[in-house]
Amino acid sequence: MRKDESKVFYNVDRWMVLIYILLVLMGWLNIYAAVYNEEHSNIFDMSQKYGKQLLWIGGAAFLAILILIIDSGFYTVFAYIFYSFFLLACIAVPFLGREVKGSKSWFRFGDFGIQPAEFMKFATNLALAKFLSNVNLKVENVKTNLSSIIKNYKNTLIAGIIIMAPLIIIKLLQDETGLAIVFIAFIAVLYREGLSVNFLLVGFLAVILMILALMVEDIYLYTIIGAISLLSFVFIKRNRKNLIIVILCTGLAGSMVFGASYVYEKLEKHQKTRIDVLLGRGEVDMKKEGYNVNQAKIAIGSGGFLGKGYLKGTQTKYDFVPEQDTDFIFCTVGEEWGFVGSAFVIILQIALMLRVLNISERQRSPFSRIYGYGVASILFFHLAVNIGMTIGLMPVIGIPLPFFSYGGSSLWSFTILLFIFIKLDANRLLILR
Amino acid sequence: MNNPQLSNRQYYIGGFFVLVALIYIGRLFYIQTIDDTYKEAANQNAFRYLTDYPPRGYVFDRNGKKLVVNEPSYDLMVIPIDVKGCDTMALCNILHIDKGTFRKRIEKAKYVNGRRKSSIFEKALTSETYAKLQEKIFRFNGFYFQKRSVRSYPEKLAPHLLGYVGEVSKEKAKSDPYYNEGDYIGVSGIERSYEELLRGKKGVRIVLVDVHNQEQGKYMEGKYDTAGVVGVGITCTIDAELQKYGEQLMMGKKGSIVAIEPSTGEVLCLVSSPTYDPNLLVGHDRAKTFSKMYLDTLYNPLYNRATQATYPPGSIFKLIDALIGQQDGVLQTSTVYPCAMGYPPMGGKPKCHRHPAGNLIASIQHSCNSYYSYVFRSIVDQKAYPKFKDGYQHWRDAVMTFGVGQKLNSDIPFERSGNVPSVKYYNKVFGENGWRSNTIVSLGIGQAELLISPVQMANVMCIIANKGYYFTPHIVKANTSGTPIDKKFMEKHYTYVTNKIYYENVIDGMQKVVESGTAAASKLKDVVICGKTGTAQNPHGKDHAVFVAFAPRDNPKIAIACIVENAGFGGTWAAPISSLMIEKYLNRKVLRTDMEKRMMEADLITGKSVPAEKPHH
Repeated sequence: MRKDESKVFYNVDRWMVLIYILLVLMGWLNIYAAVYNEEHSNIFDMSQKYGKQLLWIGGAAFLAILILIIDSGFYTVFAYIFYSFFLLACIAVPFLGREVKGSKSWFRFGDFGIQPAEFMKFATNLALAKFLSNVNLKVENVKTNLSSIIKNYKNTLIAGIIIMAPLIIIKLLQDETGLAIVFIAFIAVLYREGLSVNFLLVGFLAVILMILALMVEDIYLYTIIGAISLLSFVFIKRNRKNLIIVILCTGLAGSMVFGASYVYEKLEKHQKTRIDVLLGRGEVDMKKEGYNVNQAKIAIGSGGFLGKGYLKGTQTKYDFVPEQDTDFIFCTVGEEWGFVGSAFVIILQIALMLRVLNISERQRSPFSRIYGYGVASILFFHLAVNIGMTIGLMPVIGIPLPFFSYGGSSLWSFTILLFIFIKLDANRLLILR
Repeated sequence: MNNPQLSNRQYYIGGFFVLVALIYIGRLFYIQTIDDTYKEAANQNAFRYLTDYPPRGYVFDRNGKKLVVNEPSYDLMVIPIDVKGCDTMALCNILHIDKGTFRKRIEKAKYVNGRRKSSIFEKALTSETYAKLQEKIFRFNGFYFQKRSVRSYPEKLAPHLLGYVGEVSKEKAKSDPYYNEGDYIGVSGIERSYEELLRGKKGVRIVLVDVHNQEQGKYMEGKYDTAGVVGVGITCTIDAELQKYGEQLMMGKKGSIVAIEPSTGEVLCLVSSPTYDPNLLVGHDRAKTFSKMYLDTLYNPLYNRATQATYPPGSIFKLIDALIGQQDGVLQTSTVYPCAMGYPPMGGKPKCHRHPAGNLIASIQHSCNSYYSYVFRSIVDQKAYPKFKDGYQHWRDAVMTFGVGQKLNSDIPFERSGNVPSVKYYNKVFGENGWRSNTIVSLGIGQAELLISPVQMANVMCIIANKGYYFTPHIVKANTSGTPIDKKFMEKHYTYVTNKIYYENVIDGMQKVVESGTAAASKLKDVVICGKTGTAQNPHGKDHAVFVAFAPRDNPKIAIACIVENAGFGGTWAAPISSLMIEKYLNRKVLRTDMEKRMMEADLITGKSVPAEKPHH
């Protein structure tokens, strides 16, 4: 080990750290603008959210340095331990935690709270990376007998369980759709590691069918599916195998349509209306269910090309936009910094993700590479859903904008997520495997 | 284990990231720079345009006495969300309401304006209630006072003339961009005709509000705010003392007194009786009082008799006939006509009373009906107009130059035109060939379809006092902004009769009326009053007493018309009241206290305390 190798910042990727710092500071300034009031104009005022966020940032810096100090082997070794620990915490929180504003996802310590579900993200990523680094998802020899299929897809199944377990637990026990749905992002990791494109196609088709099922009368869809199935017989060889495949596909498609309608009917009213708002179905009352999205769009849209100027936004400053310091923080950016500012934030975020992808590919160790893809996927999913909902392209799901939104758990969770990867990358030459 | 085939998948993943980013940036570009609807919506969200209502201008009398001023009035406001731990019982007790009413009003406030916005809980508190509430307001959480400016009338007079201020009508608010619903506007009187001066100019403040509609500060440090401009003060032509005196004299009587300064056309007083204290139509019980007065058909105090009531002028109209007759050369001072207790050619109709026969001057002095029937016919049937209808048209045209039968176009709102019947009208009533000058001869003595308002009567007196012209009567003299009064009030309107000699002749007769004629009881020491009594026929009951006059004869200072409804002959009530008014105005002091007392105390409406009437002449 050379002497400078012992330094904390040895071989650390400067671009990722730089973008990280930029995003965190911009987030802090925008939180200040979002909750700004003249009575507490000091940005360091600890009674206000921007003052508290500074504490969180300080904590995040501490965590980042701690992660860089700890040997990278630690994360590989303890991957399953982290996963199990946070999974247990997620199960325990509804029973041991205190309910805050109807949310059962918090452990409270005095004024501050911690959401274990936030930390589940990096823990799952570690566990997934560890699991996938030892196995192969790529199916080499296709045989049609059942035992072979099970054997071939066993690893995919286990990877799926690693991903789905936290999703289901957080959704069912904590009822936090936003925190739960994020785990879908790991599909991108599976894809990179060899998941069959057919799975993605099926998934993609499923999404299309579900949306159609909500937009069009089911009976038309069933008719169309049936017609396609019958037509397919005309163009393919009529043997037993193809017959089974066609029947299976038809059954799958039909059940997706049925399932989508069924699930929609079973949803709670506010979830139904969120979907209605996104799809533009039925009468949307802009004072009630359409309010959030409408006000978010007004705030962003009124920013114009260059924005109204820092602290000059009327929509966010005067609370027209709900949750503007957390999930709707992008409205403040859009209003005060305009198109230039909002595009800059998106470009900066995407740049970070592309950098993560790029660096993942140069890793010698599959663990590091897989972990990196997990980081990029998680960040991208948050960005796409969070900004998508403020500009009316996604349904309203409460998830934070990475590094921007107010809140300690999310900031710390993203920091840990990113800096473990930075550390892995810094030590990439030491890992021989 | 990094399979090169799988490693290609990085480009699909990265490409997908970039694709989504591009879609989002494109969407942002659209809503932020192309679509303007969000900018408008943002302004609607956060901007409130608040109006600053400037105080209305004061109104002064001709001597600078304040007639209309502003006074603070307090509304009790409530913000429903803050009503917690409020001492409801105490509040209800002070306002004399029960808890149910309290709750209902809070619910209504919530419903109309929302829980976080202030609403009026009780309008225009009485000063007594305000004092009680103010002591304890700290115990009434969620309640506060809002100061408003309301009109106040320190002299408590001339409500018909000054008018009142009320909420603007929905139609007006729609058609006139200056007003918004809920704004105040002059509804009648000076408040109405000088609204544009009195109201001043509203100011606008743009403030930013938050989602709860609470003010957060000025927009751009008030760069786009405009300050309100205080209303212009108005000096009216009224003499407050004379007005008050007139109102006192008319107490217990229906009718009106109008006095005008002949040399300017300035209205000195405009009394309409029964009257009321204008302060009653301001404040807490306003609506109640208004509807009570509105429904009072016996006294009808809201009715402005001085401009809106029209009467057959009766004998005072003979003065106009006398003037036109002379101008046409069909009547000389020496002309004598027979009278046989009536007009002989029509078998003694119109009737007349016993009086010595005489020339033109005597005919005025004794108000001979027969004489003026002859005069009327001599005008209508004169040789210059072979067809009598042309003659009648000529008479009508000449009469109308005296400002009767048409609106005077004064600044007093709700003026009535009165009536001088047209040829067309008679053709319709009697048929094309169904009437002669004889048919309508009673027009000559001011009866039949003739209708004249008290203001018009006083204006006729101005014409005679000025010997041939009048200024349009008006009620505003000046305003504090320094702009001069309307030019139309400075313009002399000449009548058909231009020769001053003819006026002198008539004035001779009028002087005799007061010296030794039908109004002899109303003489005033050291002042020559020229007047004329009249009796306006009233088909619905007892006739109305009329008296018109001006004084002094040389360099006249005041022209007056007085009508006392259902009081019979003009000499009994109308003449003494006019005479007292003249004395008050010219001498500023009334020495004839007996007469004053008798006039003031008489109640002709209920019939109580009416002194025995003199026999009819």
